Amino acid sequence: MRIAVDPIACDAHGLCAELLPEVIVLDEWGYPVIADAKLPARLEGLARRAVSACPTLALRLKADTPAVNGSRRRTGR
Amino acid sequence: MKAEWYLTRASGAVVLILLSASVVIGIAGVGRLASRRWPRFAVDGLHRSTSLLAVVFLAVHVLTAVLDGFAPISLLDAVVPFVGAYRPLWLGLGAVACDLLLAVVLTSVVRHRLGHRAWRAVHWLAYGSWPVAVLHGLGTGSDVRQTWMTVVYVGGAASMTLGIVARAALGWPSHAARRMLALGVAGVFVLGVVVWLPSGPLGGGWARRSGTPARLLAPAGALIPDRRLLTTGHRHGGGRT
Amino acid sequence: MSLPRLLRGLEDVPLDRDGHGRVHGELPADTDGRALVAELRRARLRGRGGGGFPLAIKLKAVRRGRRPAVLVVNGCEGEPLSIKDHLLLTRLPHLVIDGALALARAAGAADIRFALDEGDLVGDDMLNWALDARPELRGGRIAATVAAVPSGYVSGQETGLVRWHNEGVAAPTSVPPRVTERGIGRRPTLVSNVETVAHVALIARHGAEWFAQLGTAEEPGTALVTLAGAVARPGVYEIALGTRLGALLDTAGGAVQEIDAYLVGGYAGTWVPAPRAGALVLCEAGLRAVGARLGSGVILALPTSACPVAEMARVTRWLASESSGQCGPCVRGLGAIADAFESIAAGGARPSVLDDLTRWCRLSRGRGACAHPDGVAQLVTSALDLFSVDLLDHARHGPCDACERPPQLTVPAFALRG
Repeated sequence: MRIAVDPIACDAHGLCAELLPEVIVLDEWGYPVIADAKLPARLEGLARRAVSACPTLALRLKADTPAVNGSRRRTGR
Repeated sequence: MKAEWYLTRASGAVVLILLSASVVIGIAGVGRLASRRWPRFAVDGLHRSTSLLAVVFLAVHVLTAVLDGFAPISLLDAVVPFVGAYRPLWLGLGAVACDLLLAVVLTSVVRHRLGHRAWRAVHWLAYGSWPVAVLHGLGTGSDVRQTWMTVVYVGGAASMTLGIVARAALGWPSHAARRMLALGVAGVFVLGVVVWLPSGPLGGGWARRSGTPARLLAPAGALIPDRRLLTTGHRHGGGRT
Repeated sequence: MSLPRLLRGLEDVPLDRDGHGRVHGELPADTDGRALVAELRRARLRGRGGGGFPLAIKLKAVRRGRRPAVLVVNGCEGEPLSIKDHLLLTRLPHLVIDGALALARAAGAADIRFALDEGDLVGDDMLNWALDARPELRGGRIAATVAAVPSGYVSGQETGLVRWHNEGVAAPTSVPPRVTERGIGRRPTLVSNVETVAHVALIARHGAEWFAQLGTAEEPGTALVTLAGAVARPGVYEIALGTRLGALLDTAGGAVQEIDAYLVGGYAGTWVPAPRAGALVLCEAGLRAVGARLGSGVILALPTSACPVAEMARVTRWLASESSGQCGPCVRGLGAIADAFESIAAGGARPSVLDDLTRWCRLSRGRGACAHPDGVAQLVTSALDLFSVDLLDHARHGPCDACERPPQLTVPAFALRG
């Protein structure tokens, strides 16, 4: 399982980094930087809590597929 | 002494206190207030806990009012406004406040399924539930003249007013018209209540004027003293207003 | 068929329907959807709008949907230096329309929308002129319309186009859901670049094997490239994938000044030093070897007479202003990057500025809803590599003589977004 943020919904409230500091740190502007690793089983409960606590519902848990070379979107122009 | 009657009065006051606290804490959350000992998630958690506790006390308030046999209040009257036999308008306002609060809490429980925008739209109703609850309390409450109740009302009003001012300031000047409107409504409400009180609940014969069923009233308009209360030597007020 | 393929029949005046028929013959009447998917997969056709996504995969995803699909032909061409899509639309519109028709039939779409920049009046005129010559597309089984999209670098982004049609807001949205699952009017939507669609027109006629007669084994076919900067004959060229940049430059008459570096891939691209450029192999695999991508196919030759610092300062400021403003890391990161370049160009930068820029590039990658911050990060990272001497020089001593020269990396006149 992985945790991911919707960058449009995210408003830098920072509750996620408080609840899940092992995986989420805040950048210098308060936005979350999420480690791209799989969530260890012991952190899954906290991850769910972080997802539930986000004031703008910007976090979600998703199945285990790693990002493709850092830029997962291959959307065209 | 009939415990239900005391419980319903006390729990009603507690609901109002918790509601005021929850709104103020919620506004603190929007304002991103936090400290080392009170991180954001703790403030948010406190907001949720206070709201849920308010609902618990609301349930106690409703159930004890229904179970207390003196006034004809049914369970339906708690959620369907203005259909009751006892002070239909003022009790009905309580039902409205109850409905609003339930809408806010239930949508919050299913927030993730609902999506942020829909949840937020309903959440604004929380502000509306407070003045409605206050009017309900003033209209049906037995303790309107008590000092402690006055403290609760004034304290609640003060904290709500400060909260609304702070909330209107957050993000100023976007949506300036909406913010001014909210401040205006809050101000008008407080002034209106203050102006209304002397001729309203604090005035004579309020029990009759507010819609108490006739059989519960003495010819002069005050309530017949509840015999159960007389036999236990209850002093204050002599009966229910 | 050798080169040119897409640009065959290109003249100073637009090619009308008869002329188009003489050059390319008729489009096969009813392309079987599955057959075209198979041809496109065998042809390994990838999107030519910058994303490079395999078209066959998108087409298959759209065909899977239960509702009738929508085809959007993306002619917004937000990359300032790129003119290849504009060329196709204004001089060879029937080729694009053919491709759109074949793709729409394969996708099960009865609704084709040509998306153009609202400022592209000529494109709009020419496209409508060509569509008028095809009355069957104006309210027949398949209806084609032309939509004007607000100008902007990210307006042509796939999800932004869909959102424009749905809500009137030309800004990207988050994925999920993918537009191929739920797009315009909640219907599966296939967004494809004008050039990609033009290739489909030829593959539908001649097949994947023909397509692969030019190009490399992994990247068959041809591509359009916009050559800009200090070359004798800048403009649009059709190359076989795998062509060396040196060969292309020769075709374009060579450089007219000494070249400092080449920008490959437009403003989301990569700086490549001139000595290495001649041997650059123009395909994704070849460019990946130097950390670059073909992207939208823009290649600019920056002469030594230009000031790379001033150019970067201008472009990064424009790119920052083109953010849709929805994602914190993009708004903050790109703004900080632009501020830093301006301070370097003016000579008042902090000592840590190069480290800051490296950090901001890292913080921009993969943290927006679209690839815009990633593109800027790519551009800036390669600039930090290549132009470190110029950057340090400006940071210490301020503007140089070349700073005020006419811009090479031009940007549209822009207003700051609210």
